[in-house]
Parts: sequence; structure tokens; C-alpha cells
Amino acid sequence: MATLEMNPAAAGDTGSTRRMTLNMGPQHPSTHGVLRVVLELDGETILKATPDIGFLHTGIEKQCEVRTYQQVVPLTDRVDYLANLSNNLCYCLAVEKLLGLEIPPRAQWVRVMLTEITRINSHLVWLGTHALDIGAMTVFFYCFREREKILRLFEMFSGQRLMTSYFRVGGLALDAPRGGFQAVRRFIDEFPSNVDEYENLLNANPIWQMRTQGVGPMPVDDMIDWGITGPMLRAAGFPWDIRKTEPYSSYEKFQFEVPVETGNDVWSRYRVRMRELRESAKIVVQALDGLPEGPITADAPKVVLPDREKMKTQMEALIYHFKIVTEGFSVPAGEIYQAVEAPRGELAYYVVSNGTGKPHRLHMRTPSFGNLQGLGPLLDGRLIADSIAAMGSMDFVLGDCDR
Amino acid sequence: MPKITNVLEGASALVKGLSITFKEMMQPTLTDDYPDKPPVFQERFRGAHVLQRDEFGLEKCVACFLCAAACPSECIHIEAEENTEQVRISGGERYASVYNIDYNRCIFCGYCVEACPTDAITHGHGFELASYDTSTLIYRKENMLVALPADAKPVRIHEQAPAGGHH
Ligand code: SF4
Ligand code: SF4
Repeated sequence: MATLEMNPAAAGDTGSTRRMTLNMGPQHPSTHGVLRVVLELDGETILKATPDIGFLHTGIEKQCEVRTYQQVVPLTDRVDYLANLSNNLCYCLAVEKLLGLEIPPRAQWVRVMLTEITRINSHLVWLGTHALDIGAMTVFFYCFREREKILRLFEMFSGQRLMTSYFRVGGLALDAPRGGFQAVRRFIDEFPSNVDEYENLLNANPIWQMRTQGVGPMPVDDMIDWGITGPMLRAAGFPWDIRKTEPYSSYEKFQFEVPVETGNDVWSRYRVRMRELRESAKIVVQALDGLPEGPITADAPKVVLPDREKMKTQMEALIYHFKIVTEGFSVPAGEIYQAVEAPRGELAYYVVSNGTGKPHRLHMRTPSFGNLQGLGPLLDGRLIADSIAAMGSMDFVLGDCDR
Repeated sequence: MPKITNVLEGASALVKGLSITFKEMMQPTLTDDYPDKPPVFQERFRGAHVLQRDEFGLEKCVACFLCAAACPSECIHIEAEENTEQVRISGGERYASVYNIDYNRCIFCGYCVEACPTDAITHGHGFELASYDTSTLIYRKENMLVALPADAKPVRIHEQAPAGGHH
């Protein structure tokens, strides 16, 4: 951590230029979380930017090792509060692969639908806060208006607005609520016109253009070297999307485009995310239209809790219920790396099982952590006024980074 | 004349933005008027727990400990006791003489509700749990149990309060 020490010598007069070390954060509003960036400045120019992460470390990975596989699901919500369902999904897919479970189509469709709504939710929060950072205040309110509708949908389906835990190993926690799909339909039919509204506010806005166009470029090779994924990479012209490259949860059955821009600046990242909003809305409509009937959990009586009615009337189901709740289920020994395309980029769970009912090791490859690695190279040599826009365009969530 | 076009472009962008603002002013608000009016909850909202009674007014909880086993944050503490001829609290063989949920730890995940075989523990819509004193966040059975209806006639009235049942 020697690089993070304040260096009085560097802060003093060194010849003709005055160098200064400036702490941005951990309470700086534009870091959206608890991030400290140590900036070495020469006037207005950033000579070196060093992110100091770990303020939000919660030890979730370690906590997962002392919980049964199903009990880990609520913890995955808390990794990234803007991509709760993506985390649920990624974890469940990983464990399901180890167990060799076949998830029925209805559950897969609902999963796709809700993770895409999660993507919309996350991008809306990004757009609102990013515009707020740059000075466009009103967009924030419109974005949060739609976000409120989404949170109500989440509450409707799962019972919580943020900590959904709706996907479980083996399927879904519950079937959709009464009127749930109709509510999604109402929201998603209206949503493209809301995106038009945001774009009307921003696209032709000269201040927005000046603050974003040409700001924060980074060579695409560097991005790959640093492990940057998601909209940032796609805004640099690299069409990498796990939904296409390694489809999971039946994404191969949905028609959608992967938006790619070549500008490699804050503006292009904005464009990519706006286009993703529309693509996600299309996927949600397809999921609603083609929603199959059928069960919502896999046919695996040793893993999935039995139907409640059966549990109350049939002895065998009750015994399974007791066994699963008290002991969980054991997962065959082995390891798995399962990646999904979260709103921020490649999210992956690496699960190691030693054949017992609790994970031996669980590692999360979170997109925010990967993306933040590139913060230094992104800011070095830039103007301090651009640093907020460039940092915001990375769209990191510190809980996701530190976990 | 680039300056003038700049100004005109800026003005048209401003008008475009403001037109959205004015349109929005006519729309109904989406936010709740809490605390002046109660917030709207969806049916499945997972709020503070409620311990249910059956149709005879007996407690549904039979102290099977499944909820405590399912809880990821280990915040449910139960002590079981046998129902007797004189003292019948629950419909089953045993009943929970102590049933505490530590709301310092509870994450409202709903696993206890899912695990309960008798539907004894459920999520209510209560959410105003904030407190200045963490020790008041350990809720006892009495805090969570639904009240007996005023006209209810319990099948058997017990003379003696169960151990540990004082607040
Ligand atoms: S809601 Fe979850 S954390 Fe709270 S008592 Fe029930 S199982 Fe435990
Ligand atoms: S609340 Fe339900 S699960 Fe918990 S001990 Fe009572 S009967 Fe068992």
C-alpha cells in the first residue's frame, strides 16, 4: 500500500510545477459508494490515479462457506444491489450445473425476463446518477420514476424491492403472482417511450455532448488486459457479450442485438447503455409472449422443496421437506465457473464443492472489480474535470467490487 | 454565424427538455405519501413476522425448529415444551414456550416462512422496526403472535403462563 501514502515531498514545490496529492473519496459523492481515489495532480492534470478499494468489504465469499447451498442465495443479492437477480441467477446456474439439474422452460423464461428488467433497472440508476454528476439534474428523476415501477415489480414477484432472492437452486422460489405478468407487460409497453424521453433530454443537449464526447478513451487492448467487460468494452467496438458467446438460461432462443459503438468515449458508453435498454425491453416482450406453461422448479425431490400442498398431505413429501430444510442437499464434488452478462459486465461464480452440503469455496468474479482495475490507466494524463465523467462511465458498484 | 446557430441550437434543446418537464407536471405522482398516508405494499411483501393461530385460537407453531434451521442468519431462537392436559398452547404435541427473532440479524429473506410446515410463521407487512436501542429489536413471541379475537373461546384455558413468556 506504499503507493497510497501521502507523500509530502511530492506535494511540495518541485521546480517549476506544483504537484499536489488529492484524496477523492471515500466520501466523494461521485464515487457512488465508498471508494478512495488518490490523485496526483499537476495543476489541472492528473498525473496518476490510484483507486483504493476495500472499504465495503463484507466477507460474503467467506460467509458462503458456512451456509448450505440454498442459504447462499440471499447473500448473493447483497453483492451488487443493482444486479441482485443477475447474481441470484449466476449462482443458481453454477450450482445447478454441478448438480446436473434441468431447469424447466417456464422458470428459464421468467429468469430471463427478470434479469433483463434488472439490467434496465441498473442502467437507469447509472444514467440518472451519471447525468446528475455531469449536471443534468432532471434525467435523474425520470430514471428513478421508472426504477420505482421496476422495484414494485420486484416486490410483486419476490416480496422485496432490492433483496429479491427470487431464483433458487432448482428454479424459482414461487410462481408469478396474480397479475404479475400483466404488470410487467404494462411497464414494458410503455418503457420505450420513456427511453425516448431520456434521449430527448440528453442527446441534443450541448452541455451533455461537450462533457461526454471524446472524454475518457482507453485502448481496447488495454481494456482486455485489465479485465474490463460489459458496456465499456462494447463501446470500444469489441462485441463481447456472454449472452451471445456462451448462452445460458435459454438466451439463445431470444432475438436481440448486442449494441456496439466505436467511439470509445463516455458518449459511446452512454449510447451503448441506451441501446441496451431498448434491447432488454425487446427481450422482456419476447419472454412474455413466448412464456411456456409448466412447472417452475426442476424435478429433483432431493434438492427442491416439495410443493406446499403435497408437503402437508403426503408423508413422503414432508420427510423430504424436513430433510432439505435441516440438512440442505449435497452437491457432487467438483468445481465450476459460470459466467453471466450482468449489467456491468461479466459476472461469474466459481464454486468448488467437496461433496458436502456447503460450498468448499465460492469466488465471485464481479464486473465492478474488473472494471475498476482500469481506473488508473483511464484517468492518467487527463484533466481533473473529466475524471468524474470518465469514472461515472465505468458504472461500478462498490459493494460488487469489495464484496 | 456559428455563434447564432449555437445559441439557437441551445435554445431548441432547452425547449425540448422543458416540454418534457411540463408534460410530466400533468402526470400523476408515483411516490407514496408516507408517513402522511400508509405506503402501498404488494401482497408478497416480506415484513415483520406474524405468528399465526389456528381456527381454535391455538398457536400454529409446534416447535419443530425447521424455521430456525432454515434461517441463513441464525436469528430464530426457540425453546420447546410439551403441551399437557392442563396446558394446551398449540395444536401439536409441543409448543414454543420461547420464540424470539433477533431483528438485528434478520434479513427478511423469507426462508423461515418457506420452511414452516404448519404456516405458523408468516410475513406481515409491518416495517417500522427502527429503534435507538438494539436490545428492543429482539422480538418475543408475544410481540409477534396474532391477538386472540375478543370473542374467542380458547378450547382450554391454561392457568399458568408459560416459562420465559414475559416481556
Ligand atoms: S426472514 Fe430470513 S433471516 Fe429473518 S428470521 Fe426468517 S429466515 Fe431468518
Ligand atoms: S414457526 Fe413453524 S417452522 Fe418454526 S418451529 Fe414453529 S412450526 Fe416449526
